[in-house]
Amino acid sequence: MESVQSALAPHGPGAAITAEVAVVLFVGGGLVFLLVMALAAWAVFGRRRDWLAGRAAVVAGGIAFPTVVLFALLVYTLFAAGRIADAHGPPALRIGVVGEQWWWRVHYLDAAGERDFATANELRIPVGRTVEVELRSADVLHSFWVPALAGKLDLIPGRTNRLRLRADRPGVFRGQCAEYCGGPHAQMAFLVVAEEEGAFERWRERQRAPASAANDLFLARCAACHTVRGTPAAGTLGPDLTHAGSRLAIGAGILPNGAGAIAGWIASSQRIKPGNLMPEFHDLDGAALAALAEYVASLE
Amino acid sequence: MTTARAGVAPLPNPGPRPPGEAETLARIWAPPRGLAFLTVVNNNYVGVLYVGAAFLFFVLAGILALVMRAQLAVPDNTLVGPSLYNQLFTMHGTVMMFLFAVPAVEAMGILLLPNMLGARDLPFPRLSAYAFWAYFVGGIVFFASIFLGSAPTGGWFMNPPLTTATYSPGVNEDFWLLGIGFIEISAIAGAIEIVVGVLRTRAPGMTLGRMPVFAWAMLVFAAMIIFAFPAVILATALLELERAFGWPFFSVDRGGDPLLWQHLFWFFGHPEVYIIFLPAAGMVSMIVPTMAQTPLVAYRLVVLALVATGFLSFGLWVHHMFATGIPRLSLSFFEAASMAVAIPSGIQVFAWIATLAKGRRIRLTTPGLFILGFLFTFVLGGLTGVMVAVVPFDWQAHDSYFVVAHLHYVLIGGMVFPLFAAFYYWLPYTSRHALSERLGRWVFGLMFVGFHVAFFPMHFTGLAGMPRRVYTYPAGLGWEGLNLVSTAGAFMIAAGVALFIVDLARRFRFAIEGNAGNVWNAGTLEWLPSGTYATRSIPSVASREPLWDQPGLARDVEAGHYYLPNAPTGGRETIVSSPIEAAPQWLMRMPRPGWPPIVAAWFTAAFFLFLTVKWVLPACLCGAVAIGAMLAWAWRLDPPPLAAPVEVGGGLALPAYMSGPRSQSWWAMVVLMLVAGSVYGCVVFSYLYLWTVSPEVWPAADRLPDLVHLAVPAALYGASSAAIGLANRALGRGRSLHPGVVAAIVLFAAGFAADLFAHRALSPAQSSYGAVVYLVLSLAGFFGAVSIALALFATARYAHGLLDRVRRVTFDNARLFWHYSVGQSLVGLALVHGFPRLAG
Repeated sequence: MESVQSALAPHGPGAAITAEVAVVLFVGGGLVFLLVMALAAWAVFGRRRDWLAGRAAVVAGGIAFPTVVLFALLVYTLFAAGRIADAHGPPALRIGVVGEQWWWRVHYLDAAGERDFATANELRIPVGRTVEVELRSADVLHSFWVPALAGKLDLIPGRTNRLRLRADRPGVFRGQCAEYCGGPHAQMAFLVVAEEEGAFERWRERQRAPASAANDLFLARCAACHTVRGTPAAGTLGPDLTHAGSRLAIGAGILPNGAGAIAGWIASSQRIKPGNLMPEFHDLDGAALAALAEYVASLE
Repeated sequence: MTTARAGVAPLPNPGPRPPGEAETLARIWAPPRGLAFLTVVNNNYVGVLYVGAAFLFFVLAGILALVMRAQLAVPDNTLVGPSLYNQLFTMHGTVMMFLFAVPAVEAMGILLLPNMLGARDLPFPRLSAYAFWAYFVGGIVFFASIFLGSAPTGGWFMNPPLTTATYSPGVNEDFWLLGIGFIEISAIAGAIEIVVGVLRTRAPGMTLGRMPVFAWAMLVFAAMIIFAFPAVILATALLELERAFGWPFFSVDRGGDPLLWQHLFWFFGHPEVYIIFLPAAGMVSMIVPTMAQTPLVAYRLVVLALVATGFLSFGLWVHHMFATGIPRLSLSFFEAASMAVAIPSGIQVFAWIATLAKGRRIRLTTPGLFILGFLFTFVLGGLTGVMVAVVPFDWQAHDSYFVVAHLHYVLIGGMVFPLFAAFYYWLPYTSRHALSERLGRWVFGLMFVGFHVAFFPMHFTGLAGMPRRVYTYPAGLGWEGLNLVSTAGAFMIAAGVALFIVDLARRFRFAIEGNAGNVWNAGTLEWLPSGTYATRSIPSVASREPLWDQPGLARDVEAGHYYLPNAPTGGRETIVSSPIEAAPQWLMRMPRPGWPPIVAAWFTAAFFLFLTVKWVLPACLCGAVAIGAMLAWAWRLDPPPLAAPVEVGGGLALPAYMSGPRSQSWWAMVVLMLVAGSVYGCVVFSYLYLWTVSPEVWPAADRLPDLVHLAVPAALYGASSAAIGLANRALGRGRSLHPGVVAAIVLFAAGFAADLFAHRALSPAQSSYGAVVYLVLSLAGFFGAVSIALALFATARYAHGLLDRVRRVTFDNARLFWHYSVGQSLVGLALVHGFPRLAG
């Protein structure tokens, strides 16, 4: 699926102001670098070098110049940090994220701050509204990083960190865990999908609704770990699958969604994401696998 | 016959030296032959072995990186799966930081400092041999763990909870904790060596203001190790206690906190990178003036910059934690401090530029090329460092490939390039032939170009969204091309290093006397003609570049006209001088090679490694052998005093024995106490930090043990100190040590028992409060046990007539350590019994 995962392609104020700071740092740093290299080159190869050859040059270049530049930079960047905070006003939406090895447990909160519905590995947000993500961890350290929208913030057991972000344009933004969490840390990704308000509201309504149907094989083999609301499946070890078919990706942001991918995942997820905590189901024959995958893909 | 030299003092030993004297000196300093060569202690040999071992680890860790880069060359690659890749990057970082970077610069200090300072050897030659062998054996076995699939996988920084037993069962992380733990101790031994060596064994006349900048850099390096390494030593111990015994320092469910680890680790980790950089900067400050054939411009500012960097670097550690959710005020403070530390580096850079401008046109020899490569790369890395100091920028760059770029720019640019410059520059000092200039240009070209090809793209890879420590990445995010280019660059670097190894094999022929000589026309003392005994006589100096300012110095030193041209006590000696003015104070007799240090080192390594794999009985046996070897080693310490002072020349007669604050072992003990105190400071921090995070597991004031449980142990501990004081008085009056020492031991043991008894209802595995109280108790017990061992040792020497009113160094060591242990235990009592009452 097409998605953006670059800090240099900002789609919201958090990333945009940081990208502006980055430009200042790169241009400024580049100029300082060229200046120092020019002086070094002059010192080695130049003709009249006396002015560079004394203590005064050391004081001017090594103390005075850096102090002035760094102080100015400090003021500018402290103000920029303030601007980032100011750009995200009180949140219109709160989402709870709990980091697990190696996926993202997500629950949306309603206006009263109570749990609205659960999902996994994908956040949908309305364009132009500040969203606050509450970050917690169920096991080890993780970090929530969606570079196109904001800087990262760690998920630390025992603590709740809060990250505000906003998308100013619709799009699909890919994020990834950015704090090494063992095993297939490289494959702990997620998607943030920004939609116009109307589309977002419709999505939210559908997410609140229970699943459209139940499936006996699913209840027999998958319900121990997965929840499908509206059916007896109520396992919580793995991601909530009530509307798994509506997501753009599976496996924590690593495979485009679809019955074929789901079947492959069920049969041999260890080959795709070695070390992940879902067992492989080799004993299902082709037909059963296909039926199961069709069922999950149908949960939209 | 005195040589009349205008304005210069007469030579200390102006006449011709007696025949056979030089041969005797050579014989006394000759290395052992055959297998016994392994027992060598002379810094000329140990230094080369140490540098060689560090370079070996550099190559091994580099090969790991090549495998990683091969895996990352294309997206969704299957060369290496996550389980092996996680071991590869953990080992690459760990081996590079702990087994290469710090040992390499420490080794250069061991190799160069004595000669640079005009000493015959380091003050504790057997200690440096021990440190080397413990490091080498431990490091090799640690590295071998990757072939068994048992290498650690937690990253070089080993963050819990991932590295606790819950999420990392198995011995992999234990290998890191125990393996690296004693390598840390090896670094501390080196630091003791360097502090005492730099401050107390300089040539007469080499005041602090005339000391080579490299010596200043190593002094700051050693001081930083003393205050920074304890944090990681403690953190290592805490994590191992949690893994092995369930003491919950880092587990949230029982009052622990993962961030405690991060604070401790990064309080070490940030100074660590300056520990690595400052010696390299010191080497640059030696090479640049030689290249320019003019003294370093703004010497005092450069020294100030080194010291300032050392201090400031302890105030930055939170910049590794900008993404953990700490408050705005903290973020701003640490951002400002992290920017400020760039200023001392700026001073040094401009001092080098000014020196280059002042001197004659430099010839671009290989050391010169690596210096220019260093300037280019390190300045760029320093600038990206300022970038990541900026908090909002760091929130994007942290834990991405941008930081990988930054850290390699400053570490390879700031340390590896100067190290290669130093290899080319100082090889003539330790080899019959210099390295090839022609091949050297190729080595530099491949390494320099390869480096930028490998790492410059990573700035963009990171900002394009690629996190660190990922074994693979998907196609379609724009990272493919950047990664492929980086991989190509990595192999170019490898080609350069391989070429260097080829040249080394062809040209390096170890030599001390027959070395290639002062091919660069440098000005500092290590370039004097020398043998295994360093220089034939110990020069006196009047400036920073004695070889430039005192014509004929080399000739006079070689002819034995300066101090100590012989071995008046019949053994190995060097002059001990005052710390600031370098006025000669006494003559130190130094040990010969022997088996105990190397046996102790091998068995210390074995002890820790058997513990790692949980074979407790073999571990204990090896530990016993190690301790036995250390006792044998220690028994030969403290040679008997000589009756009369010894003539060293120039009318100077120096005592050949010293006890008390002027002795080198007193200074070593003081440094050791500073290290122990730093560890304890981290313990106090851990206690207070856990209290702020988990006040719910702390007892209320009325649930604490009664104050009698503070008063009784405190009184007993204090009384044991008094008893040692009495033993000290008795020794001074020629009376028996035994009553005082026995009383002290009984009193301390009783105090410790009372201390323990107060907490008998507490369980260390139950809560972080229990864990930290037991930590305080364990330290009291451990330090008490060591103090008792030292005191018994001194008493044994006394009983054998090897210790008396004059010859008393081992007792003084025991006494100092005893008082320290008591003081530390009293602080512990005050903390555990006093703080909760104060906090209410």
